[in-house]
Amino acid sequence: MNFELTEEQLMIQQAARDYAQRELIKDVIERDNKAEFPTQHVKNLAELGFMGIMTDPKYDGSGMDTVSYVLAMEELSKVDASASVIVSVNNSLVCYGVEAFATEEQKQKYLKPLASGSVLGAFLLSEPEAGSDATSQRTTAEDKGDYYLVNGTKNWITNGNSASTYILIAQTHPEKKHKGINAFIVERNSPGISIGPHEDKMGMRSSDTHSVMFSDVKVPKENRIGEDGFGFKFAMKVLEGGRIGIAAQALGLASGALERSVAYAKERKAFGTEIGNHQAIAFKLADMAVKVENARHLCLKAAWLKDQGKPYGVASAMAKQYAADIAMEVTTEAVQIHGGYGYVKEYHVERLMREAKLTQIYEGTSEIQKIVISRDLLK
Amino acid sequence: MKILVLIGNVPDTTTKIKFNADNTAFDASGVQWIINPWDELALTRAMELKEAHAGKIDSIVVANVGRAITEGTLRKALAVGADEAIRIDADPLDAFYVARQLAEVAKDYELVLAGIEAADYNGAAVGGMLAELLDRKSVSAVSGIDIDNDALKISREIDGGSQTLKMDLPLLAVVQKGIAKEPRIPAMRGIMMARKKPLNVIAPVEAEALTAYNSFELPAPKAACKMIDEEQAAEVIRLLHEEAKVL
Repeated sequence: MNFELTEEQLMIQQAARDYAQRELIKDVIERDNKAEFPTQHVKNLAELGFMGIMTDPKYDGSGMDTVSYVLAMEELSKVDASASVIVSVNNSLVCYGVEAFATEEQKQKYLKPLASGSVLGAFLLSEPEAGSDATSQRTTAEDKGDYYLVNGTKNWITNGNSASTYILIAQTHPEKKHKGINAFIVERNSPGISIGPHEDKMGMRSSDTHSVMFSDVKVPKENRIGEDGFGFKFAMKVLEGGRIGIAAQALGLASGALERSVAYAKERKAFGTEIGNHQAIAFKLADMAVKVENARHLCLKAAWLKDQGKPYGVASAMAKQYAADIAMEVTTEAVQIHGGYGYVKEYHVERLMREAKLTQIYEGTSEIQKIVISRDLLK
Repeated sequence: MKILVLIGNVPDTTTKIKFNADNTAFDASGVQWIINPWDELALTRAMELKEAHAGKIDSIVVANVGRAITEGTLRKALAVGADEAIRIDADPLDAFYVARQLAEVAKDYELVLAGIEAADYNGAAVGGMLAELLDRKSVSAVSGIDIDNDALKISREIDGGSQTLKMDLPLLAVVQKGIAKEPRIPAMRGIMMARKKPLNVIAPVEAEALTAYNSFELPAPKAACKMIDEEQAAEVIRLLHEEAKVL
C-alpha cells in the first residue's frame, strides 16, 4: 500500500492550487454576487488542460489519471465550486461518456473540441418530474428512420446555456420502460432547441443552470450513443464516474473551509488569546480535519479503483455521500468558528456553505447514494 | 542562441523554518520544495523571449546543483517549458561551490540568467561569482530583458529611475522582480511532456566550500500589539520614543 502521490500528480495538484489561489480567488465573490459565468477562467483552464483531464491525448485530452482529476477538483473547489462544477461536468459526464461509449467517428467529431475545451458540454438527464427517479423519462426521441424526433424538457442543466454539445437522455420505446431509453449527442444550435431562464440559485451561482426545451428537434441517427436502448445503462455508468468529480468537489469545499478556519483560529483573539487556544474551537477543528481526511481517502480510493480498471460504483457512491454530507457539516462549523465574520461574504465561508448544500443534491442525492451502497450490501 | 537558467531548489515560502538540535543546520524534514521565485521569473522571461523571437532561441536549459531531492523542482521547470535540465549531483555547500560547479556547464551558453538571490539563504552571490569564473560580462539587478537584433536590451531599476543598456552576447544577467509579470502555471500537456524531456545528471568537479556556518537562529517572535486609547496621544509618543526607540 502506498499513499505517496507521483511527481506528476503533485504537479497537477500544485497547478490547480496556483490557478485557484492566484486567479479564481480574485473575482469569485463578485461572480457569485452577479451570478456571472466565468468565461475567461474556463478559457484559461482549458489552455491548462483542465477540461479534458482524463481524456486520451489522441482526442486532445490531457491523458491524466482519475487520481489527478480528484486532486485538481479538490484544489479548484477550495476556492470556486462554480468553476469546478463546469470542469467536472465537462470531464466526467461529457468527455468520459463520449470516450468510453461513443464510436470513433463521434469521438473525432465531438470529443476533440470538448476535451481541448474549445467548446463546453452538458449532460441532460434530469427532468421536471424525473430527478432521482431517472427511469421515468418524459422526453421522447421518436425513431423516424434517418433521424430521431426529440420533444420534451430537461431541468437543472449545468452549462445549459454555455454548452455547445449536449449529451441527451430520452425515451424511445416507452413500453420498454428504462430499457427503451437512448443517449444522444445533440448540437445545441439544432433547430427547435430553446433555453429557459438562468436559475437563480442559492450557491454555485456563477455556473449557469438552465432548463432546455426540445420541440421537434431532429437528431441524426448516427448521433445515438451505443445500441438502441443503451441510454439508461449509459447514464448510470457515466454517473458512477461523475460521482467521483462531485465527491472531490465536496471534499474541496470542506478542506477549503477547514484551511480558512485554521488560519482564522490562529489570528482571531478572544478572552486574551487566539481562539484556536480555546478547546471549544480546537476540538471543532480536529473534528473537521478528521472528516476531511476521511473524505479525501474515500475520493482517492474510488479514483484509484477506476484507474486500476476495477469496479468503483459503490466506492464512488460512498465517497460522494460522505464527502457531500461532511462538506455541509464542515462548512457550517467554519461559519460558526468565524462568528459574525463567517456570515459576511468577504470571508468566503458562507459561500462555501451555500455551495456545499448542492453537493448533497446533484448527480445523485445523498439518499440515492445510500440506496446504491445498501443494495450492494444486501444483494 | 541557447539560454541557461539557473534553478535554485528552495523551501516553499510558507514553510515553517526549523533547525537541527544544535542550530547548525536547516532541518529539511517535511519541507515542500519549489523553484526559487526569482529563478522561476527568469525562466518565465526566457520562455517569453523564445515565443516572441521565433527561431532566435534554440533551446532553454535549466541547471541546478543538488541531490536527487531537487529533481521535482527541475521537472516542474521542464513542465513549464524548459527543453532540458541538468542536475549537478552535489550538495550546494555555499555560493562559491555552487558557482564553481555551474561554471562547468554555463560556459556553453550565450545567455545565462540567474535569479538575484535565493529565497532560503538570501546569499545573492552565485550570479556574480559565476560571471567572474566564466570571465564574462554581467549585469546585476536586471528588471527587463529583450532581444535587439544580435544584442540584448536590458533595463534595470536605479535610484530615482531606470537605466537601459545595450549588451552584447555572451552575457550573464542577474535578474530580479519585474523581469516577468508572474510565473507560469504548467499546463497538463507540459507536465506530461516533462516526463520525456532529458534530465541529465552529471558528476561535480573538485571544488571547495569557502563558507562555514556556525549557527542559525530564528527571528524573535513578533511583539504583541499595544492598543492605546485614542485620547492618549502623549502616551503614543512616549512609547515610540522610549520603548520602540524610533523617535
